[in-house]
Amino acid sequence: MPGPLVFPAHVALHLLVALLLPPLVPGLIAKVKARMAGRTGPPVLQLYHDLAKLARKEAVFSRTTTWVFLAGPVATVAAGLVASLLVPFGHTPAPVAFEGDAVLFAYLFGLARFLTILSALDTGSSFEGMGAAREAAFSALAEPALFLGFAALAKATASLSLTPMLLSQGLAAGRLTGPLILVLAAWAIVYLAENSRIPVDDPNTHLELTMIHEVMVLDHSGRPLALVLYGASLKLVVLGALLIDPLLPATGRGWLDWLVFLGGLGLLAVAVGLVESATARFRMTKVPQFLVAGVLASAFAFLLLLV
Amino acid sequence: MSPYLLAVFLAAVSGLPGLFLRRRGGAVAAGLLGLAAVLGIGAAVRVLAGGGSGQARLPAAPLGTAGLLVLDPVAAWFLLPVLLVSACGALYGLGTWEEGRPGARFLRLAYGGLTAALALLVAAAHPLVFLLGWEGMAIAAFALVMMEDRHPETRRAGWIYLVCTHTGTLCLFAAFALLPAGAGPFAAFPAGFAASGRGTALFLLCLLAFGAKAGVMPLHLWLPPAHAAAPSHVSALMSGVLIKMGILGLVRLLSWVPDPPVWWGGVLMGLGVLSGVLGVAFALGQHDLKRLLAYHSIENIGIILMGLGLGSLGRSLGHPVVAALAFGGALLHVLNHGLFKALLFLAAGSAVHAAGTRDLDRLGGLGRRMPWTSAAFLVGAWAICGLPPLNGFVSEWLIYLGAFRAMAVSRWAWSAGLLAALALIGALALACFAKAFGAVFLGAPRTPAAEGVHEAPRGMLVPMGVLALACGAIGLAPALLVPALDRGVAALMPGPARPSLGGLASLPLLTGLALVLLGVALAFAVWLRPRRRTGDLPTWDCGYGRPTPRMQYTASSFADGPVSGLRWALLPRIHDARPGGLFPSPARYESHVPDPVLDRVADPALRRSARGLALLRVAQGGQLPVYLLYVLLTLLALLVWMVV
Repeated sequence: MPGPLVFPAHVALHLLVALLLPPLVPGLIAKVKARMAGRTGPPVLQLYHDLAKLARKEAVFSRTTTWVFLAGPVATVAAGLVASLLVPFGHTPAPVAFEGDAVLFAYLFGLARFLTILSALDTGSSFEGMGAAREAAFSALAEPALFLGFAALAKATASLSLTPMLLSQGLAAGRLTGPLILVLAAWAIVYLAENSRIPVDDPNTHLELTMIHEVMVLDHSGRPLALVLYGASLKLVVLGALLIDPLLPATGRGWLDWLVFLGGLGLLAVAVGLVESATARFRMTKVPQFLVAGVLASAFAFLLLLV
Repeated sequence: MSPYLLAVFLAAVSGLPGLFLRRRGGAVAAGLLGLAAVLGIGAAVRVLAGGGSGQARLPAAPLGTAGLLVLDPVAAWFLLPVLLVSACGALYGLGTWEEGRPGARFLRLAYGGLTAALALLVAAAHPLVFLLGWEGMAIAAFALVMMEDRHPETRRAGWIYLVCTHTGTLCLFAAFALLPAGAGPFAAFPAGFAASGRGTALFLLCLLAFGAKAGVMPLHLWLPPAHAAAPSHVSALMSGVLIKMGILGLVRLLSWVPDPPVWWGGVLMGLGVLSGVLGVAFALGQHDLKRLLAYHSIENIGIILMGLGLGSLGRSLGHPVVAALAFGGALLHVLNHGLFKALLFLAAGSAVHAAGTRDLDRLGGLGRRMPWTSAAFLVGAWAICGLPPLNGFVSEWLIYLGAFRAMAVSRWAWSAGLLAALALIGALALACFAKAFGAVFLGAPRTPAAEGVHEAPRGMLVPMGVLALACGAIGLAPALLVPALDRGVAALMPGPARPSLGGLASLPLLTGLALVLLGVALAFAVWLRPRRRTGDLPTWDCGYGRPTPRMQYTASSFADGPVSGLRWALLPRIHDARPGGLFPSPARYESHVPDPVLDRVADPALRRSARGLALLRVAQGGQLPVYLLYVLLTLLALLVWMVV
């Protein structure tokens, strides 16, 4: 494996994309959903305006909260940004790549989840406790699905670093096609669950009792809320890169690879929007079954690689 | 006298001056244990840094024969948490067991004895010394568990512990009788011995003895009640260090075997997965803060066993790289778990001491009034969940790497099972500690007792700070530990192939990324810092203006999802009295998760067998003539046997 750091120009571009692009993705999803419902919908750049507005607003804190209340938003963004350094954006290697970075990648999101749950519990509200409990329970099923997917890809590419694992040539051809489809199906389930999308969670619902992720951040306002929203969009991009990387064609030219990646990300956002428009949310008791399907798919992918 | 022996001696006598002093006996004991820690840790660090030949053989003359105690790298590695946790616990104990409280003198005596026995045990190189240390540890720990024996549950926990530990010792006697070296000092086994029938019997007996001490899943029955009953700093020492002596035994066993059979590794790994997954699952179902932590010890012992089993398999099948990563992860987790579990028990002890209850659903909101204790518990929880950038992540990461390597070099399908189990354990531990930290320290106080708490005195906070700093230091700069870890791993892999962890794992990159993470987090934290807090505002409760603390989500509700998902394994007992009829009675809801082995198997089985054995009481009438008749009959029988 070459040194951990590669081409500074790409690193700079990688950082810029990770920092600036994310708020575009939720805007795109919302636009697709609005079009599908026959509405005009908010502008695609709406989240940028929201973030700018929230950054100027005063935050309101409940009397029960402590510093832990702020740890959730901070950790979401910090862990998301560090995780973005580990995942390749398209066919450009990630800025940092080493053996075992896949484990660190997954555990960084674990860290963000842990502190988000704690900041929800810090408010003492039973609604937020309910959401936190659901998040903790569902992620316990999403985690094995993610790791079994890593195991299958590591087996197929004989590597445990995200860059070679996701960008290995010929992954989408020959006898690896079947397992790859299964892994990506499992990860698509994980993607929808981790980003609290329909059919697992509805980001736009108005009944707190049925929310998972949104209800955890009910009490956040002002700058903390800005970080929460930005962190969520960052997660859409970073986990999205995981999902689309193996499918992107390698062009061999740096700038074209970036364009392909951005196009792929756009298509992913459209696909999420279409799924959200076309399906209804599962009943809460069905969600674990949906996630177990993800675990089984990735386990089956691994078994296919053994024969 | 060597510093190590001096440390053992100081620990052993640390409680003695307190017997004769009217005041400050505890401070003297803590001081002596602190001195012992400085000396002993210094000696251990010298061995681990490769001082001399890497093996400090102790002067033989004062101990009779040579080779009774050898401070080799494995011993030094296990000595580090023993002395550090013991000294921190002694300092902490000053705060909870203040002078004049009945039993304080006895507690100090037994605590020093336990420390000395543990320090002796790690370096034992002879079966007799090992058994001496083992029994000393068992008896001192029994005395410490029984400190508050006015409570019936404490007495029960103490007796269960005594029975379990002595059953284990019995197995250990049998195991040592089977050693190929006979009654001499421990030595490497001849090739082929491990696969023989005698070797198999030895392995199984060691597994019983060491597994029972470590709290491996079906043998763990003594662990949760004993940890819950003991004073908190004793729980810290027991959970952080004492149960690791079972792991030490297994490490020693593996280090003697030149050719471990494949099934040894498989059994160790299977037990590890079982303990890990079920340990955390049962932890989720607990309402008692200290029992919850005790079940997490079972979970972490499971993770360590996974590492040991994977390493043993790697050796059996000729993959030294897999073995080095897995053994390295297991050894590092021994140290890490010693640090963060002790930290958690100390912080939990402060909370319990302040609020007067261990029931999660009667605590809450302690973080506002006990900010430092709360931060200490958070650090411990963060580390035990294996989250970056603290030490728990590093050791779990090494085991992950070993499992991935195992998968790459062979067609081993089970390593994917290992990965999925580790991932599941990580996610469930996260849920469990979110529950524990949230229920105890966050939100609003659920009872008046939880409302009137005060921050622990500085003497109790300092030991927690030391342990928290150690967790952070190992997490931030794991590469510094690599040479020491390599020497420990080398003991587990006798032979020419000795891959260094420094070349296998990109530990410096972890440091770099951890610093980036902390830097980014710090920048955002500064950006978020509220310039002023507006008024005294309630939590937004969806339009309801007067939420009371009792309306908060409880710990039981928080864990209900995973617990009911794991119903088939946990078998929770639920008493649900719903209101009904025209004049409904008050509703009640209770749920308990009883221990699978103790409450469902051992207790009923032993009760039934006690009833059966009562029949034998006929023979013990208590009348002298009857006993004389027995003597006569025995003599007659012997006479007949000798003549015929």
